[in-house]
Amino acid sequence: MTHAKAIEVQSVSKHFGAYQALKSVSFHIASNEFFTMLGPSGCGKTTLLRMLAGFENPDTGSILLNGQEVVSIPPHKRRVNTVFQSYALFPHMTLEQNVAYGLENLGWEKGRIKNRVGEMLERVHMSAMATRKPTKLSGGQRQRIALARALAPEPEVLLLDEPLSALDLKLRQAMRDELRTLQRDTGITFVFVTHDQEEALDMSDRIAVLGGGEVQQIGTPTEIYEEPVNRFVADFVGETNFLDIEVLETLGGQATVRTPFGLDITVPAAGITAKGRATLSVRPEKINLGNQAQGITFEGRVTNKNYMGGYTHYTLDVAGTELRASRRNASREGDTIPLGATVPVGFVAGSARVLAV
Amino acid sequence: MTDSALNAPARLERAPRARLWHDLSFWGLLPSRLLMGFALILPIFIIAAVSVATRGAYGGFTWDFNLAGYSQILFNEGWTGELEFTPQYLLIIGRTFLLAGATTLICLLFAVPVAYFISRQPANRKAILVYLVTLPFWVSMILRVYAWMIILGKDGTLPSLLEQFGFPAGMSFMFNDGATLTAMVYTAMPLMVLPVFASIEKLDGTLIEASHDLYGDRWVTLRRVILPLTAPGLVAGAILVFVPALGAVLEPTLMGGGKQMMMGSLIQLQFGGGRNWPFGAAIAMTLMALVMLFLIDTALRAARREARP
Ligand SMILES: Nc1ncnc2c1ncn2[C@@H]1O[C@H](COP(=O)(O)OP(=O)(O)OP(=O)(O)O)[C@@H](O)[C@H]1O
Ligand SMILES: [Mg+2]
Repeated sequence: MTHAKAIEVQSVSKHFGAYQALKSVSFHIASNEFFTMLGPSGCGKTTLLRMLAGFENPDTGSILLNGQEVVSIPPHKRRVNTVFQSYALFPHMTLEQNVAYGLENLGWEKGRIKNRVGEMLERVHMSAMATRKPTKLSGGQRQRIALARALAPEPEVLLLDEPLSALDLKLRQAMRDELRTLQRDTGITFVFVTHDQEEALDMSDRIAVLGGGEVQQIGTPTEIYEEPVNRFVADFVGETNFLDIEVLETLGGQATVRTPFGLDITVPAAGITAKGRATLSVRPEKINLGNQAQGITFEGRVTNKNYMGGYTHYTLDVAGTELRASRRNASREGDTIPLGATVPVGFVAGSARVLAV
Repeated sequence: MTDSALNAPARLERAPRARLWHDLSFWGLLPSRLLMGFALILPIFIIAAVSVATRGAYGGFTWDFNLAGYSQILFNEGWTGELEFTPQYLLIIGRTFLLAGATTLICLLFAVPVAYFISRQPANRKAILVYLVTLPFWVSMILRVYAWMIILGKDGTLPSLLEQFGFPAGMSFMFNDGATLTAMVYTAMPLMVLPVFASIEKLDGTLIEASHDLYGDRWVTLRRVILPLTAPGLVAGAILVFVPALGAVLEPTLMGGGKQMMMGSLIQLQFGGGRNWPFGAAIAMTLMALVMLFLIDTALRAARREARP
């Protein structure tokens, strides 16, 4: 029986000594989902993942796999496999033996194991090295074997703890696509842990942003990026400008606010009801300059500029407030705004968000 | 030919420096070479020479070549000089290997869980526990064996304790192979725990987790991951325990009562009361040869394991 919710985490908390690593965390993960837990170092991502695998027990709360409570079930009885950050390949076994290990423990018969191992090695393009030992492999190759080993027993859930962090940049990009394809092809629920927001946005169906031992926001990559619910999420995922504003009036998810440079504007403000001090978040690429300026427009002076080829990053001074903007250099004449120039600056109201202080 | 001609000047230039280096390493290492030579190698040659010498009429020996020492291990010389097969000493050699093997096995069985337990402790407690394992070394071995006599002997700690629980009074556990084995295991245990601990300590904990993650229960994980990866430590420990156990003298003499001899006590007897130095030396050489065979076999196995791709 498959359950629509592959994983349910209910009010899970965890202390290490006096330190509270997780404070009442709740969320669920749907079957066949590519779910990412994103957060800064030390926010409890690995701890959560280890709880799903069974290596760590929550102090309070419960964890359900396919509707079944698993807190008291040991790791070797959970239909969950892990791709470890350090890969944890058995150094005394050949690649074949590594991949076969889980199948043997599950009691598959010999011929079936042989077929499955061959199929998995093929799947990760490592058939040629089947009888080698893992010690002489490159990082990317180890990664593939770790994946093959974890996927071979057809787990209900695959856990991946920062599997790409040890790879170099180019390989990382290639492995992202490969992982995504593997997930689609196998239909296995992936729970992916990373502190790299770009990785999370690129690969996930849904993202849980963790911070300070709590879930800050859960949503699709677009929701997380475009509609952050608080300052932590807006700051951790992508670049943004934070403006100190005053909420004058709220009405139906919109708020009229006074900006530090004196303009009163009406912008989206989901969940904001109180008047008074708040924060406005506007992402740099949402701010247009010069003849592209539209929506809410005002004037700013260019105080700094970084030409990046495809983009140019500008730092603007708007009546004493610093704003960062980036502009795509869409044509040869793209990068024409000189340092020190005073130019029209604008953003569309819908692309800004009012957040609690 | 042209090649070597071209290289010749370079070689000439390098030669003086190489010779200097050679001299330095020769003179620098001389003290340790002398020490090794006099303290380790020379005595072995002397024993080897004595083993083929002729026994003197009133103890001692003369430098006449004679294989009587070796033949005495297997044969008894009758009145008329005919050789008669006697298993007496073979039995002692067999017993020795049996007891040393049992000691090694029992030490392994105890040392693995102990070492595993220690390796899972926090760093400061780990240091204390390792220190405690080595603590017996600081007390003289004779005293420690005497302590076991007090524990196991008549009216000793264990018999009086058992008496409290209704067992018959006046029991003694002394003067048998069990007592010998107990003391041998006890004295050898630290030598097993330390190398086993060192290799378990080096074992990457995530490999154990990976095994559990891949549906391996404790037993499978121990057999397929922990033991193969700690094998070098287990082999080192086994050698450290087995080899000295073959030469054990104190335990069989004090705990076993000296009636049931092991090779060590047999050798001691020949050099002492038996006054048959060539025979003692021959047994010692035999013991050494057997140990060498055992070690060479172990080394070859290890090398073969390494060589596998
Ligand atoms: N076994 C443990 N004993 C004590 N503290 C621990 C233990 N495991 C984790 N912690 C602490 O709990 C917090 C969360 O740890 P966790 O490993 O889950 O973080 P993380 O989000 O995975 O971080 P990173 O991105 O650096 O891997 C950290 O502050 C860490 O120091
Ligand atoms: Mg982590």
